[in-house]
Amino acid sequence: MPAKLSVTSALSALPAVRQDRGLVLGSGLIALFVAMPILALLVMAVSGDLESLHRLSATILPKASMTTILLLAGLAVFAGSIGAISAWLVSFFEFPGRRIFIWALMLPLAVPTYISAYAFTEFFTFTGPVQTLVRTMGGFTSSRDYWFPEIRSLWGAVFVLSLVLYPYVFLSVRAIFFVQGKRAIEAGLLLGANQGRILTHILLPLARPALALGIILAMMEAINDIGAMEYLGVQTLTFSIFSIWVNQGDMAGSAQLALILLFLVLALIAGERLARGRQRFSEVGSSATIRFERIKLSGARAGLAFILCFAPVGLGFGVPFVILSGYASRYVFAGFDPRLLDALATSLMLALIAALVTVALALLLSYAVRVRHTRFMNFLVRFASVGYAMPGTIIALGIFLPIAAFDNFVDARMREVFGLSTGLLLTGSGATLVFAYVVRFMAVAEGSIDAGFKKISPNLDDAARNFGYSRWQIFRQILLPMMRPAIATAALLVFIDALKELSATLVLRPFGIETTAIYIHDLASRGRIEQAGLASLLLVVAGIVPVIILTRTLLKERPGTAR
Amino acid sequence: MKLTFRVAIVAAFVLLPAATSASEVNIYSSRQPELIAPLLDAFSEETGIRTRVLNLSNGLVERLKAEGRNSPADVVLTVDIGRLIALKDAGVTQAVESAVIKANIPAQFRDTENNWFGLTMRARVVYASRERVTQNSITYAELAEPKWAERICTRSGQHPYNIALFASIIANEGEEAAEQWLRGLKANLARSPSGNDRAQAQGIFSGECDLAIGYTYYVGLMRTNAKNPEQQEWEASMKVLFPDANERGTHVNISGMAMAAHAPNPEEALALMEFLSSVRAQEIYAQSVYEYPLTPGAKPSELVSSMGELKPDPLPLETIADLRNTASRLVDKVGFND
Repeated sequence: MPAKLSVTSALSALPAVRQDRGLVLGSGLIALFVAMPILALLVMAVSGDLESLHRLSATILPKASMTTILLLAGLAVFAGSIGAISAWLVSFFEFPGRRIFIWALMLPLAVPTYISAYAFTEFFTFTGPVQTLVRTMGGFTSSRDYWFPEIRSLWGAVFVLSLVLYPYVFLSVRAIFFVQGKRAIEAGLLLGANQGRILTHILLPLARPALALGIILAMMEAINDIGAMEYLGVQTLTFSIFSIWVNQGDMAGSAQLALILLFLVLALIAGERLARGRQRFSEVGSSATIRFERIKLSGARAGLAFILCFAPVGLGFGVPFVILSGYASRYVFAGFDPRLLDALATSLMLALIAALVTVALALLLSYAVRVRHTRFMNFLVRFASVGYAMPGTIIALGIFLPIAAFDNFVDARMREVFGLSTGLLLTGSGATLVFAYVVRFMAVAEGSIDAGFKKISPNLDDAARNFGYSRWQIFRQILLPMMRPAIATAALLVFIDALKELSATLVLRPFGIETTAIYIHDLASRGRIEQAGLASLLLVVAGIVPVIILTRTLLKERPGTAR
Repeated sequence: MKLTFRVAIVAAFVLLPAATSASEVNIYSSRQPELIAPLLDAFSEETGIRTRVLNLSNGLVERLKAEGRNSPADVVLTVDIGRLIALKDAGVTQAVESAVIKANIPAQFRDTENNWFGLTMRARVVYASRERVTQNSITYAELAEPKWAERICTRSGQHPYNIALFASIIANEGEEAAEQWLRGLKANLARSPSGNDRAQAQGIFSGECDLAIGYTYYVGLMRTNAKNPEQQEWEASMKVLFPDANERGTHVNISGMAMAAHAPNPEEALALMEFLSSVRAQEIYAQSVYEYPLTPGAKPSELVSSMGELKPDPLPLETIADLRNTASRLVDKVGFND
C-alpha cells in the first residue's frame, strides 16, 4: 500500500505524466472498443472445433492460399509500380498534362471494386467492344475461332484490382515526394549524383515507407473484397470463408479462417516494418525556401510520360465511367427514381459522420503512440486498425453480436427493474453503421495520420514541453495546424471508402435506410446492374469531388516551390 | 447556426433506430423489395395494413438470432430451401397454424411442423444452344458424359443454387455416384465456374459453351429485358431443356416465408402469410418473378408456360437441405471451382 501511495503522489507531483496517463488510458480504451468486433470473432472462432479447417486443408485450402498469395503479389507489383511511377513522374518532371494528372490519377479511387469488376467484364467480354472489334477485324464469328485473354481469371482480377487500388500507392508516395523529395534531390545534386543515382539511392529509399503503406492498404482492400472476386470467379481464401459460413453453416470455421488471413496480413506488415528498421524521416525546416526545378521532358520522353500517366486513368477510371454512362443514358429517360436521391443523401451523411469520427479517433490513437512510444501502445493501435483486412460481412457479424447482446442486456435489466422495455437501442440503427465504418476504415485514417505525425520532428514536442505547454496545448496549438494536410487526407479517404462500403452495410442496415451502394446492389443482385448505371455514376461522381479537393488543395504547389 | 441545426437533425434521423407504429407488418426479405412490391401493395390495399421491408441476404439468420426477443421482424421471406430450414434450425421462426395456408400450399412444399411455407418454385434446367445442340431432351446424368467435354458452362459450384442441385443428385444417386458425376461435370466445363446464370446464357451465345445450367426465371428476365436487347439475343440463341423430364423429374427449389419467433405483430403477420398463399397473390408473385406458383389453381405466366411442361423431382425438400453441407464439401473435394 505505501508503495502505491508514493507512486500516486509522485504522479500528482508530475502533472504532465499524469496527463500522459489519461491520454494513454483513453486511447487504450478506444483501441479496445474499435477492436471489439475482432475480439468477438476470436471468441466465435475458439467456440467451434477445427473440423472445417482440417477438411479444407486437405481440399481447397492449398490452392486457395496460392491464389490469394498470387493475387496479393500481383497486386503489390502492379499497383505498386503504377502508383510509384506515376507519382515519380508528376513530382519531378514537367510534361504535357502533368497538372491534370496530379488529380486525375486519383480518380479510380472513386470507383467501387465491384462496379469496376463488372464494367471490365462487360468491356472485355465476348459481346463487349474490344472483342467485337477483334472479331470484325479478324472476320471471326465464334469465341472458338480466336484466342482472347479471359478477364474472369486470377490475372484478370490482378488487372482490375491494380487499376482501382493503385491510387493508394500514388497518394502516399506523392505526398512523401512532395514534402521531402525536393530537398533530397537538391542534396543529391549538390553531391554530384546523376539522375539514375538519385532515383535508386535517394528517392526509392525515401519513398519506401510510403510505398509499403500504399501497397498494404491495397492488399487489405483486396483481401476484404468478395463481390469483385466472386464476379471474376477467383477462388481466394475470402471466398472459402464465405462458403464455410453460407453453405456449410459453420460460422466458427469461417471466423477461424478469417483470423488466419488476418494474421497473414499482420505478419506482412510486421515484416515490412522489421525490414525497414528504425528509419525515421522528419521534416527539419520549411521546404518553402528551397528552389527546385522540375525537369522538362520533350519529344518521345514527354510522350512516354504522358502515356504512363494516361493509361492508369484511362483504364481505371475511363472504362468504368464510359460503360456506366452508356447504361445511365439508356435509363435516364425511363424516369428518375426519387429513392435514389434519398439514398445518395443518406450515403453522404453516413460517410461524412464516419470520416469525422474515424479521423478524430485515429488522431487520438496516433498522438498517444507519439507521446508514449511503447511496444504495447503500438500493438494496440495496430490491432485497432486490422478491420480493414477483414471481409466486411464477417466484421459485420463481429459488430452485430456484441451490440445486440448489449441492447438485450440493457433491455432485460430495464424490464427487471422498471418493468419497461427499451428494445433494441443501437442494433439496426445508423450508429451501428457508423461504428462499422470506423472499425473497417481505421487503418486508412491511421495510415495517413501516423505518416503525418512522423513527418513532424519529436524535438518540437520536447521544446514545447520545456516552455511549459501541456500535451493538449501542444496537440491543439502546434501539431494540429501542421497536421492539417494529413487530417484532410485521412478524412477524405475514409469518406470515399465509406461511400463505397457495401458488404457490412448489407448485414447491418436499418429499416428505412438505403445507401447508394445498397441501391446498386439491389439491382445488381437481380442481374440488372444496367439499371443501376445512373446510381453507380452518381456514386462515382460523389467520390470524385473529394478526390479533387484532396489533390488540389492539399498537394497544391506552394508558390515558393513551384518554379 | 441554422444549417448546423438542420444537419444535426438529419444526422439524428440517420443515426437513431426508426420507431415502429401500429397496424403494420415488418418483413425481413432476401428477395429484392422491387420484386415483392406489387404483392405488398395488393396486400395493403386489401387489408389496410402497412408493410415495411428490410432487404437482407447473408447474415439474415445471424441478425434475427442476435436481435432475439426484441427483433422488429414479423415475417421472413427468402429463397432456397436450405435458407428456410436454416431459419427454423436457428430457432428464429415459430409454428403457424392456419387452415388457409395448409389448404393453399401442398404438403411437399411446407414444413411438417409449420415453421416455413413455400410460395413459388423454380426449376434448375439446362440451357442448350439452338444452333449446336440437336437433342430436345436431356438428363442430369448425361451432363457428366464425355461427349460434352469442354462444352458446359455454370456458375460457381459453391453457389446455393448449384449446391441444392448437387444435393438432389446425392439424394437420388448416393454420395459416391454423385462424386463421380461431379468429377465428370467438372471435366466437361468449358471455363472455370463464374458469373451468374445469365452469364452462362451469354456463354452459349458467344459460342464458348453449348450447354449451361440455369434457373428458369432467368429466361424470363432475359427475354423481357427490352432495355438490353443483347440479352434478348442471348436468350434467343438457346432453348430450355427440362432434365429428367421423362425420369424422376427436374430439380426444383422454392422461395418461401416464415413467421419470426418474436414477431411483435403476429396477427398482421398471419394476415400477410395467408394473403401470400392465395391464388391472387400467387399469380401476382409468379408473374413478377417468372416462377411457378405453388397454390393449385394459380397459373404461371404465359412466358413461363411457353418454356414447356415442368415435372418436379418429388424428392422431399428437407432431404436436399440436409445434404447441402455434404454437397458443399464435395464441391471442395473435387476442386469443382478450380
